[in-house]
Order: sequence, then structure tokens, then C-alpha cells
Amino acid sequence: MTVPGHQELRVAEAPMKRGGGLRRKSKVAGGKRRDEHQMVPDATFTSYYGRPVVKASPWKADIPAYLFMGGVAGGSSLLAAGADLTDRPELCRVARVGALMALVGSLGALVHDLGRPSRFMHMLRVFKPTSPMSVGTWLVSAYAPFAGLAVASELMPTWLRRTRLGGLIDATATPAGVVAAVIAPTVAAYTAVLLSDTATPTWHDARGQLPTVFVGSAASAAGGLGMLGPVREAGPARRMAVGGALVELVAAHRMEHAMGLTGEPLSEGTAGRLMQASRALTVAGTVGTLVLGRRRTGAAASGLALLAGSALLRFGIFEAGQASARDPRFTIVPQRERLDARARQEAATRDVLRG
Amino acid sequence: MTRMGFFTDTSVCIGCKACEVACKEWNAIPDDGFDLLGTSLDNTGELGASTWRHVAFIEQPSRPVVDLGMPSLARLPDGSISPASASVAPVDAEHTGERADFRWLMESDVCKHCTHAACLDVCPTGSLFRTEFGTVVVQDDICNGCGYCVPACPFGVIDRREGEPATVKNAGIAQKCTLCYDRLGEGLEPACATACPTQSIQYGDVDELRERAQKRVDALHADGVHDARLYGESTHDGIGGLGAFFLLLDEPEVYGMPPDPVACTSLAPEMWKAAGIAALGLLAGAVAAFSGSRR
Repeated sequence: MTVPGHQELRVAEAPMKRGGGLRRKSKVAGGKRRDEHQMVPDATFTSYYGRPVVKASPWKADIPAYLFMGGVAGGSSLLAAGADLTDRPELCRVARVGALMALVGSLGALVHDLGRPSRFMHMLRVFKPTSPMSVGTWLVSAYAPFAGLAVASELMPTWLRRTRLGGLIDATATPAGVVAAVIAPTVAAYTAVLLSDTATPTWHDARGQLPTVFVGSAASAAGGLGMLGPVREAGPARRMAVGGALVELVAAHRMEHAMGLTGEPLSEGTAGRLMQASRALTVAGTVGTLVLGRRRTGAAASGLALLAGSALLRFGIFEAGQASARDPRFTIVPQRERLDARARQEAATRDVLRG
Repeated sequence: MTRMGFFTDTSVCIGCKACEVACKEWNAIPDDGFDLLGTSLDNTGELGASTWRHVAFIEQPSRPVVDLGMPSLARLPDGSISPASASVAPVDAEHTGERADFRWLMESDVCKHCTHAACLDVCPTGSLFRTEFGTVVVQDDICNGCGYCVPACPFGVIDRREGEPATVKNAGIAQKCTLCYDRLGEGLEPACATACPTQSIQYGDVDELRERAQKRVDALHADGVHDARLYGESTHDGIGGLGAFFLLLDEPEVYGMPPDPVACTSLAPEMWKAAGIAALGLLAGAVAAFSGSRR
């Protein structure tokens, strides 16, 4: 095994050959070869028996599900507030109920994922700006009551609606919905920081584009959800869905291609298949929205495709990160290249100083 | 209080694993499986929730002790050709036969007790905290097992302990080396350093250990061991220096450590900026979706 500048045979590697010039080839939709791999140098490197350097998160499907539902909730609250303010009661109802369901689901996933679910409230004993999970917990805690208050008026039984309390709930629905909508974008975006603020190579290196990918995915999913309601009020949902899907597709493409080596897990193995399926569904949902979005069944099918595409995107990015942590190549090679580049820089500076 | 830490000098490690055993015993750590890994004398594999000291073992082809700068090739047992390299424990010339052309590297790995500890930064409950000794410790009764510290650690040290809370101590919560926080308070040294028979693991004031480590690496260089290098002693690295640092005889990745670790949280401001812009973009997009009267 060799690394650039270190021409030594590494017997520590011998029992488990890794890297070793073995380049993995991957295919994307349509059988196109990923030509950008030519830009990435051969990843030969040394490791301790091929063991990972960093640990993959202990998180299971709960976390990508949480990322997805957080996005749906955030996007739906925006849609609900807009629908409320522009007098689209049926779209408002669909979006508010959708936001509530996504919120309850995401909180359930978050608690279920804990090693000690009974200690969930320990999240609220401190506010730590250095911890994206702490910031996120507080953002969701601020968002949830307003989203809940906004949806309460939709779910009130008729007898309650007639009481003074019912009237009060009805009166607060609009302002509560607006407050929820103001916090909502942060709920949809912060989850990108949650993933990127780790030593997991693919998540960390995705940090520049990941928030854009996630908000695009959130808008696409929430728009898709809004399209499940009556078509005549769903114009904004369709526009949100198409706009979000385009942002998601473009930003994800740019992200993957800007990342180099650590972008590879996004197109390989389980993660690659999830990303590919996500892309296909999102493209199909976008085209369906544009072509059939004004018909009841076409809108519903397109909306479901966009929701599924958004969900699979979160699962794909989650899995790609997990895979990148399990393979020491993605931790060691970029760091070694950085060190070698720094050494070359320092040597060059010395030469200049010596004249 | 001065900052306390470890200097692990791998040049004198004999791979006895007394540190692993002492750590397990003192901290009452449950077993971590009894697997034979089939790669080397190391059957522990890696640090984890129930392995707070881990002795790495590497077998390598060695180099002649005096490098005259001339090309030399040696045959390995499998017939391949070994490039020239230097040895730590060279065998006398007359004894160099078939079996002499290798070296063993052993290293007792441990939590680095980082200056900029990403695990501590990302912990949402405040369970991970900085002690009066400058070390980083999990408070078992606070941790809710969110697992965020696990992917945050650039060294893959901390992990969430598997198992049922009813039967396994501290199951479901993050666990790692405490630098024997309970012993330090009583004026004792950590269990691993106490048990180490060769003083490969040295415990003390980090500043004093850094001076000692520099002297040791200088002495080794003077003796012709040019492979010797310090890892994590510099306060200018991406971690701001390690509270537990090492003298290594090869590149860090050979021992399973990252060559240029950076605390992920040092880039948090740029991540929040990107997220803030994206959030504003989503808000603007939603407003745009409602502009125009078309239904």
C-alpha cells in the first residue's frame, strides 16, 4: 500500500487488502459512467486492517424518517399559512393536518431513536448553541405549539367550535399559523447541519449544499402533500412542489459532483440505489405535476411520487454517510492529501525564503 | 487545576494488554464480545463503548538499521520484495536470517481528551463535560443515548453501549474513557498507567508530558530511530492538541488513527450560515408560490 509521497510497503494492510488501486465503478440511471471519477486520484492508502477510523452513527431508520418528516412539517406550515392568508381553506386544512402528522411522527422517531427514550426531556435541560441537536430540539419545541394551535381549529368537533373556547381557538389559528410558518424554514433546514456537523466524511463534506438540498426536498414533499387535496386550490402547492423538486435535483447534483472522493458513497450500494430511486420519483412527480397536476388522480399520483422521492433522498444521504464512515478510505485519503499538500506548500515556502 | 493527560510512548510498548485489563477491571466494563479477529495478535479491534484502552498490533517488514542511502531489496517470506526501511529493534547482522526482516508495532490507544472536543460540543444534554483536570467525561445519569457524539468524534472513540438496560450496566448511553476521573480525585493515577509495566503509558501534567515527549523523540532520533514522531502534541492541529498524545513509529493511519484530524464543530459557523440562507430561500420560495392570483 502506498500513499502519495510515502513509497513503503505496508504489511499492516496485507491481511485485508483495501483501496489498493481497486477503483469501484458505479453506474447511474441510464447506464452513464461517472466520468468525474477520473478527477479523483487513485485512492491507495494505509489503514489498520481496513478498519474504520471514525464510527458510523448508531442511528437507525428513525433519523432519516425524522429528517423527512421535519421537512414535510416545515414546508406544510408555510403552505398552510399561505393558504390561510390567501383564503384557500381546503389547502390550508390539508397542509395543517399534514404538518401535525409529520410533526408527531418526527417527534416519535426522535424519541424512539434514543438509547434511553425515557430521558428525552434531558434534551431540554440545557440550550447549547454548539450542538445542532440542542438547537434543533429547541427550534422544534418552539415550532410545535404554534403548529398545534394552528391545526386545532381544523380538528375541533362541532360542539367545541360553538363554545367560547372554540371561538378563541379559531381566532388564534391564523396568528399561530403565521408564527409556525416563520419558524418552519429553520425546522426544515437545521437537519442538514445536524448531519454535517460530524466527522462522517460524506455528511461533513456535503455541508455547503446540503441545507439547499434539504429545503428543496422539504418544499417538494410539502407541495406534494398539498396536491393530495382539492385541485382547484392547490395551485401554490403545485408551484412549491415543482420549485422545490428542481432545487432539490440541481443542488443534489451539484453537491455530489463538488465533493470528489467523499461524494462517491452517494452513488454506490444501497445509498446509490436510494438516491437513484429518489431522483426517478422526483423527476416523475415534477413532470406529472406539470402535465397532470390539474386532474384529481394525476395530482395525487404526482404528489405521492414527490413525497416518496423526498423520503428516499433523506434515506439515501443517511445511508451514504453511514457507508462513508465504515470505509476508512473516505477518512484517511482526504486527510493524507491535505497533509501532503501542506507539506509541499511548506517546502515551497522554504525554497522561496532560501532564494 | 493543571490539565492532566497521557503520553503514550509506543516505542516501549510490549503489547501485553495489561492496560486493557486494568481499565476493564477498575471501571467494571462489560465484555465486548470474545471474537478472534484473525488479523493479528489484536483481538480487541477498536475502541468502543466497552473498550476504553485498545492495544493495536502491526507486523511490518523492517529496514536495515543503518541506511547508507544505497538501494537494497530484501525478500519477504512470501517471495515479494520489501523496499528499504529502518528498524526500531534491529537484529545483529550475523543473526539476520530468514526471520529477521520484520518489526512489530504495538500501541495502546485511548480517548484523546481533545482540547476542542467535538463530542462535548455536539452533546445536546450537557452530559459530556470538561472536568477540573481538563479531561472529557460522560455523566451517565444525564446521557439520554441520542448518539450524536458517536459520529462527531474524529477518532472513532466514543460509542453507545448495546444491550438491555436491565442486564447491562449503562446500556443505551454513550461510554468512553474517563481518564479514571474517580481515581484522579483521590490522588491516584489512572488504572492503565498504573498497570503499564514499561511506562509506555505515562500520566501527568500535559505541559510536562509534552516536554518529556519531545526529549524522548529527540533521543530516539539521535539513536537513529528516524521513524519516531509525536502525534497530537501540537496545539496547532485541528483539535488544538490532544490531552492524550502519542509517540508513534509510523504514520498515524497505520495504527488506525486519522492523519490530520479536525474537530467537525470548528466549521459549524459556515454550516449554520448555509442553513440560514437555505431557510430564507425556502421562506422566499413559499411566498413566491402564493404570489399571483392563479389558483
